[in-house]
Amino acid sequence: MAELAARGGHGSVLRFLTRRRGRIRADWSDWATYIYLFLGVAIMFAPVLWVALSSFKTPANLAEFPPTFLPYATETVTVEGYDEPLPLFEVRTEDGGTRLLAQVRRVGLRAQMIDPADPEAGRIVVQVADAEPVRRVLFTFGNYARLLSTSGSELWLFVYNSLFITVAATIITLIMNSMAAFALSKYRFRGNTVALVAILMTLMIPPTVVLVPTYLIVAQFGLVGNLWGVILPTVATPTGVFLLRQYMLTIPDELIEAARMDHASEWRIYWRVVLPLSAPALAVVAIFSILSRWNDFLLPLVVLNRREVYTLQLALASFQDENQIHYDQLLAMTTLTALPLAFAFIFLQRYIASGIASTGIK
Amino acid sequence: MSAATRLTGALATLAALPARVVEPLMHGLQKLLGIKRMPWVFLIPNLTAVLLFSLLPVFINIFYSVTGSDRLFPLDRPYVGAANYETLLDCRDYLDPSTCSRDLFWRALGNTLLFVPVQVAAMIGIALLTAICLNRDIRGRGFFRGIFFFPVMLSPVVVALTWQWILQRNGALNGLLTAIGLEPINWLVLPDAAFFWSVFVTVWAHMGFFTIILLAGLQSIPRDVYEAAKMDAASPWRVFTRITLPMLKPTLLVVFILCVIRSVQTFDELYVLTGGGPGSATILIVQFIYETGFAIQPRNFGLAAAASLLLGMVLLIFTLVQLRVARGRSYG
Amino acid sequence: MKFAGILSGTVFGLAVAAAAQAQEITVQCDDLGFGCKAMAPVVERFNQENPGKTVRLETVSYQTIVEALPVQLESGEGPDVAIITDLGGLSRYYLDLTSYVDAAYFEKEFGRTLQWLRGSDPASKAINGMPTSLTVNGAYVNLTLFEQAGIPVPQEGATWDDWAEATRKVAEATNTDFPMEMDRSGHRFASFAISHGAELVDEQGNPVVDDGLRTAIERFVEWHKNGTMPLDLWGAVGGATHRELFTDFLNANVVFYFGGSWTLNQMDTEVGDLFEWAVMPAPCGPSSCTVMPGGGALVGFKHTKNPELVGEFIAYVAQPENYKEIIAASVEIPAAASLIEGGVEYPSASERTQEALATFTNQIPKMAPAAYRFQGWRFQRAMMNALTTRISQVINDELTVDAALERIKQDVELAMGAAQTGGN
Repeated sequence: MAELAARGGHGSVLRFLTRRRGRIRADWSDWATYIYLFLGVAIMFAPVLWVALSSFKTPANLAEFPPTFLPYATETVTVEGYDEPLPLFEVRTEDGGTRLLAQVRRVGLRAQMIDPADPEAGRIVVQVADAEPVRRVLFTFGNYARLLSTSGSELWLFVYNSLFITVAATIITLIMNSMAAFALSKYRFRGNTVALVAILMTLMIPPTVVLVPTYLIVAQFGLVGNLWGVILPTVATPTGVFLLRQYMLTIPDELIEAARMDHASEWRIYWRVVLPLSAPALAVVAIFSILSRWNDFLLPLVVLNRREVYTLQLALASFQDENQIHYDQLLAMTTLTALPLAFAFIFLQRYIASGIASTGIK
Repeated sequence: MSAATRLTGALATLAALPARVVEPLMHGLQKLLGIKRMPWVFLIPNLTAVLLFSLLPVFINIFYSVTGSDRLFPLDRPYVGAANYETLLDCRDYLDPSTCSRDLFWRALGNTLLFVPVQVAAMIGIALLTAICLNRDIRGRGFFRGIFFFPVMLSPVVVALTWQWILQRNGALNGLLTAIGLEPINWLVLPDAAFFWSVFVTVWAHMGFFTIILLAGLQSIPRDVYEAAKMDAASPWRVFTRITLPMLKPTLLVVFILCVIRSVQTFDELYVLTGGGPGSATILIVQFIYETGFAIQPRNFGLAAAASLLLGMVLLIFTLVQLRVARGRSYG
Repeated sequence: MKFAGILSGTVFGLAVAAAAQAQEITVQCDDLGFGCKAMAPVVERFNQENPGKTVRLETVSYQTIVEALPVQLESGEGPDVAIITDLGGLSRYYLDLTSYVDAAYFEKEFGRTLQWLRGSDPASKAINGMPTSLTVNGAYVNLTLFEQAGIPVPQEGATWDDWAEATRKVAEATNTDFPMEMDRSGHRFASFAISHGAELVDEQGNPVVDDGLRTAIERFVEWHKNGTMPLDLWGAVGGATHRELFTDFLNANVVFYFGGSWTLNQMDTEVGDLFEWAVMPAPCGPSSCTVMPGGGALVGFKHTKNPELVGEFIAYVAQPENYKEIIAASVEIPAAASLIEGGVEYPSASERTQEALATFTNQIPKMAPAAYRFQGWRFQRAMMNALTTRISQVINDELTVDAALERIKQDVELAMGAAQTGGN
């Protein structure tokens, strides 16, 4: 976004968009591409943006229909003789004009109002149907404040727990999966197929389905209520092995043969030759692992039974109970939990681009 | 800046530490076992984890499926033989779910069989189109890529709540329709619309992931192939069908398999979005298993396990066929 | 890093062992109503009055208590004490407190609700815990809409049909979207069904599918078809999912909303003075004017290492002044008989909320025995899930009412069969 805005300063947006490296004119396919992409942006991003904006709404504003895009709040005014600020209304008068009045109280269909400019004039009785609240865009931080006051300092604990699980699980996943992928792609040995099938078969096991047995095993290891109880069951991702193996198959065997000629050990070949070359695939697996671990819900729900080991997602779930969902705090928390992921992606996305570029030479 | 350098230095030392310990260890192992057995050394950490946390649970599930009661420990559970399978498969007419003892299992199976092909086709089609667009020489590529990937980062519950909020009677979409003068539609009440939105929302949430993989595949196609095609003045469509598609086939295969497997496992988003409704129009097989074995008290682990094993068999057959195709390709 | 994890695990283990010697118990509860927050001052006092004994409050999410706690209890893990809502389903894990508390006092104050904690054994005399607060299903009505339509509000004794007719007229006159709405919850529907004469469960604990239930389902489905009730909840959602759309009432899109006492607080803060509303006495069916009660309980678990401390703590919370303090702080309906009769003052609640709470409390003596029996049944949740799943299917023309009744019975019997294989 920043890049776009910065370069847009050079000229009109149109010229900017149609300018291309190497060529001057854009053809129809470029236009089609842009139309598709901007449409995509609207569909992909508008809901997310809306969630983020809505996290700044008051609970009453959230419950409205039709829902507003921007957060609104009723304008208030302080009137002499009243302790609380009073909500401001635009009232249609009998002669067809409008006047601004502050509402003192409301009973059924009638409201008692007072003119803030002339409080001495006394209360005026107004039909509610004639009054329209005066509103303006207002970002309220009430949801965030309430979130912080209910979770308090614990919020940082949840952040730490989520980060610890995500980082530890991702590092272990990357090392274990790439070792396995290396063995399965660069060697021919007896049991090769059996091992591959055994790992790939686990792809087909929906985690939801084995939740109860997995909990049982974690409990047998005494890891209930321990962060490692949700890290260890998730590290052997079949998708990781699968993606890395597919990628390593494309690394030419000649490179490995050459390293063997130089008397490099197998570990050295893996660590110094294959692993660096697999950077793009590793980045994809890393993103995948970070996302899954950060968003994991069911296994942590069962295994992490103490508040000290709660993750952000578990804390998020505490805004739903048997009878209602607390949308106000849920939205604030959602925005907060998605932020670190956005940063992780911005960081890794660049890495993928450069990683792919560097392997493009081969 | 200096703090950052120091941090990088510290990290480098930390990263070098395992290498310093692991490398001699692995050298020693190689001397001891010989090069032939080294692949197993590389495999063992991953295989151990797979055995312990993936295959063992499956075996426990097999045990659950032939035992009864709501007890958790396998040995507390009495043996019931094939009773759970009989309950599931008990139908007077296999083409009509309402004649079955567990009608919801069959409805869920039917819905899954319809959902998977539709969702996979939509997912791959849209992801491929997006990847091609993002692979073009356009401005703001990083920005667009970020946007398309963003939903992947949201947790399924958040995705579902967001869309539920958009699609409900008083939601944003109807707000938009009313604003432009159209009649609001109560989307999630109509079975067909609910099915469409189930597909839409799951594609919305996951297509970024597949787009990235396809994009990586597209970028590994050497540029000079395209240059040569341009010399021959080949039409864009011809370039796509004769160059892009064939060279992208290995990546497409990966995406296809992953996509099918994840599609069959679809659960969280729809569970929150529709709960399987209206009626049972969008209930998928994993939701049936989850509700039977976990969400509904008393938990019927046995029946849930039996259903999951039946599902597993269907998936296994599918994957074995796919694997055969994949193997033929990678060695061929 | 792995090493550090193992190390921290060991340290934690040692800490737990040390704590056991100093007599510590953990209480798991959520944060809403009669929960950790409302109990905190009382717990603090208990810890001060009893040196060497510590009660630790552990705030968790509601979902942890409903979904994770049962699995943990089954594997011998989990807290010593918890506030739970599946009273009948977890009964086999409860610690019998008879020898630690004043049983006569518990029977006198909590007699009817103590039965809920005894699960599948109705003959038992065990004191399995202390019922915390009651929740009561009930109808919220938008009085402003009635006033605008110029239609009198049905009074106490009005039937469900009276309400449906009156609210239909109001909705038509005021151009409101829908006359009536009800949470998608088996519990809410059970209120409706029992007032139509449904028994749901008999004295022996077997599911009952009778003409009362048939009438209730038929009427309920008809109301969905003719637009009296919106399809968004019971029509659109499937399976056992619980769903509410209370925002419809907050936005004045519906005249009559059937929910429960727990949304009072939300009414107070969000509706403010946008419109006049009230909680109405339970609508009557052909059989009775009943709604369902609900509520939680503070229970100890058998696996605890400090049963005396658990008993002592629960007895302390149950003492009249402590109990009253927590009820007042949580703005909920008391479960203790003397407080239901005598009333409680809620200094923190608004006048309107106090009035509504009083209306809710007044429904408690009117509740049918079937409602109490259903609430304490071990397989209540199996029945409620079957009700929501099957009724939604009827509304979507997937099942006939007859088939649905048959399915409901079958679903519950299957759940009972699976749970009871090999005895319990």
